Amino acid sequence: MNRFQTTVMAATLAAACGLAQAATLRVANQGDATSMDPHSLNESLQLSITGNVYEPLVGRDKKLGLAPALATRWAQTSPTVWRFDLRRDVKFHDGTPFTADDVLFSFTRAAGDGSDMKGYTSAIKDVRKVDQYTVDLETTAPFPILPDVISLVYIMSKKWCEDNKAEKPVDRRKGIENTASFRSNGTGPYRLRERQPTTRSVFVRNPTYWDKAEGNVDEVIFTPIGNDATRVAAMLSGEIDMMEPVPLQDVERLKSNANITVMQGPELRTIFLGMDQKRDELQFSSVKGKNPFKDKRVRQAFYQAIDIETIRARVMRNAATPTGLMIAPGIKGFVADQNRRLPHDTEAAKKLLADAGYPSGFEVGMNCPNDRYVNDGEICQAVAANLARIGVKVNLQAESKATYFPKILRRDTSFYLLGWTPGTYDAHNALSNLMATPTDKGQGQFNLGSYSNAKLDELTLKVQSETDQVKRNAMIAEAFKLHADDIGHIPLHQQALAWAMKKNVSLVQLADNFMPFKYITVK
Amino acid sequence: MIAFILRRLAQAIVVMLTVAFIAFMLFQYVGDPVTNLLGQDATPEQRVQLRADLGLDRPFPVQFAAFIGNAVQGEFGLSLRQGRKVSALIVERFPATVELAFGAALLALAFGIPMGVYAALKRGNFLSQALMTFSLLGVSLPTFLIGILLILFFAVTLKVLPSFGRGDTVAIGAWTSGLLTADGWKHLILPAVTLSIFQLTLIMRLVRAEMLEVLRTDYIKFARARGLPNRAVYFGHALKNTLVPVITITGLQLGSLIAFAIITETVFQWPGMGLLFIQAVQFADIPVMAAYLCLIALIFVVINLIVDMLYFAVDPRLRIDKSTAGH
Repeated sequence: MNRFQTTVMAATLAAACGLAQAATLRVANQGDATSMDPHSLNESLQLSITGNVYEPLVGRDKKLGLAPALATRWAQTSPTVWRFDLRRDVKFHDGTPFTADDVLFSFTRAAGDGSDMKGYTSAIKDVRKVDQYTVDLETTAPFPILPDVISLVYIMSKKWCEDNKAEKPVDRRKGIENTASFRSNGTGPYRLRERQPTTRSVFVRNPTYWDKAEGNVDEVIFTPIGNDATRVAAMLSGEIDMMEPVPLQDVERLKSNANITVMQGPELRTIFLGMDQKRDELQFSSVKGKNPFKDKRVRQAFYQAIDIETIRARVMRNAATPTGLMIAPGIKGFVADQNRRLPHDTEAAKKLLADAGYPSGFEVGMNCPNDRYVNDGEICQAVAANLARIGVKVNLQAESKATYFPKILRRDTSFYLLGWTPGTYDAHNALSNLMATPTDKGQGQFNLGSYSNAKLDELTLKVQSETDQVKRNAMIAEAFKLHADDIGHIPLHQQALAWAMKKNVSLVQLADNFMPFKYITVK
Repeated sequence: MIAFILRRLAQAIVVMLTVAFIAFMLFQYVGDPVTNLLGQDATPEQRVQLRADLGLDRPFPVQFAAFIGNAVQGEFGLSLRQGRKVSALIVERFPATVELAFGAALLALAFGIPMGVYAALKRGNFLSQALMTFSLLGVSLPTFLIGILLILFFAVTLKVLPSFGRGDTVAIGAWTSGLLTADGWKHLILPAVTLSIFQLTLIMRLVRAEMLEVLRTDYIKFARARGLPNRAVYFGHALKNTLVPVITITGLQLGSLIAFAIITETVFQWPGMGLLFIQAVQFADIPVMAAYLCLIALIFVVINLIVDMLYFAVDPRLRIDKSTAGH
């Protein structure tokens, strides 16, 4: 056999194998990652996409539990020190081996200028290299949930970043572009082959990935399609294999198609209402000289006036799970027994309002985004209609997130709707961001109505450093009970994820709305 | 002639400055990009710091002056959303929009003129009534609805044409073209048709009206009296004279095709400048919005200038030398 024939045979063989296994998956999403830089924006879609290319030390399994990724083992060697044993024989996509130096570099990068991941690294005082495959992370105080907190801090290659002038996430101040925004070099199961931001990104399987492949997708073509109707049409016409999210009004339509499956599942995000409990007079209300929301009876009246079942059935078309807690099942610290709502009872609400001194109700302004959460504007309209029945006239202002968030972050609101997913998958994140008294250190940053309970603040601080899991969970439960008894906020529901895919696609839908390509199989 | 062009250029600069100024005033109301640029866990100090880094804490006149200073040097800064040079983004998106706009303009001309002529000549018969009704629909149906209907019919029901995107493109230098691949042409059809419908009906109605006007004039009567065949009268004399305003309108409409391709691009996920602009608005990406609006103003100004110069060339009355006009 001459050389030419050998080559031809080898090529044929390769092609045949390719035919047997090669699968291309065309995915459409409402949006796109703003950049391929894994430290540039702390947002689900961004981290979901870059999470196929880059990996953290400690990752998540299909149930969102912790799973070894670039670290094989981790343990606390003292209350403030966590030791991580790194995986050996891992190579970045460009062939450079992964070592402790990359970990040190990545944590410095994630904690430095221009990074949006500082929230996850703020508790870390020092990252030390013990040897080539061992690192110690020292925290400023005892920090029992460090592995949970760093599960979204992805590791980059020190050498690659230095060679490509990507030592920092994009520097907007100097207007310097960053190679890591459009190219990438991680250790993950997929490599980025092509990147046209907001148009098309192509990922191919990493042949030297350290872990066994579970799915069979060799190539993923990711296309953002912003228009809901067009995305649904592309799914129906078979031009894409899967899409996310499915607009609620189109779920039934897609379900009725014999070639398409719609997968709906709970998401970790909790939607709730907040009330200004700090000002002595509300900014936007007919009540002058006092703040009705300071009275628990008023807050309870609002709570009981809301017909959550109708919101679930009508506004959310059953794609929501009403909740009595500020966190979702799947978040560490969630207790099912506590998840009970006060009953919907218009009469009781009227009576409470009358007892509080507002027998004929009052007027209040409400702020609401209309393009951030599933049917957010409609939820607010339903709430306004419910409150009208107890005599409260809601002046609803529903607007784009671009104008909504700056306003409520300035706390220019009396009554608002917000959604929250704890980025650490842990209840402490919700306690500290949403429920603890706001301080200038960033605590209570999204407690926009300044609900305040000293005991809850104390528990929040303790929860942060308590290493005994049983004690810790008890404290979380106590804090949530205090908050529920105070009616610090009015929890509404967890919205549902809705993904559609062709019948021949099987995958794992994670409650954090991440989409790891490695779990996807195309038959 | 040169004085005329210089005068027009001076006017153009004033127009551009006005557009930039109004655009900047509007940016005060589109919202704050900082909340989009940082995740939910960012601290208040980080937000304040970023706002200062981006220069968004400066008073409006200072921001505007800085923008003009940079824009004069062709520097529009980095897109807040993508962290890339705005000029690079626009260069990347420009070909898609231009190909779409020219495709739509050609369609509008190729179908609009014959349909207009037919509707004028066969006034009252069934087909021309039908054409007039269709043209009413064309002017009154919103573009996004036409787009969605076309997608529903050709992509979802018949499955013959793609519903989104630009398909395979070939790069020739900095220009990416979809016109060199069969896939690219298939992707162009629906968006181009969608974008052309309004222009098509406009041209058709315009040609019809002009044609009816011209057919009433004396020289047409004389042409008939001379015994010229219908064909020569209609196409040799009447149509020629109706085309002057049609050319003007088409030229001006090309600018609006480029500028108002936004909706079509959004419906078809067409990766052009309009889509870039919409995404920028949703994100409050001020540098991209500013650059886009200035570019669109520039396109209009240039097209107007060319149209004016064409007038100069086409209409002999404008060329009469002022010194001899007194005789």
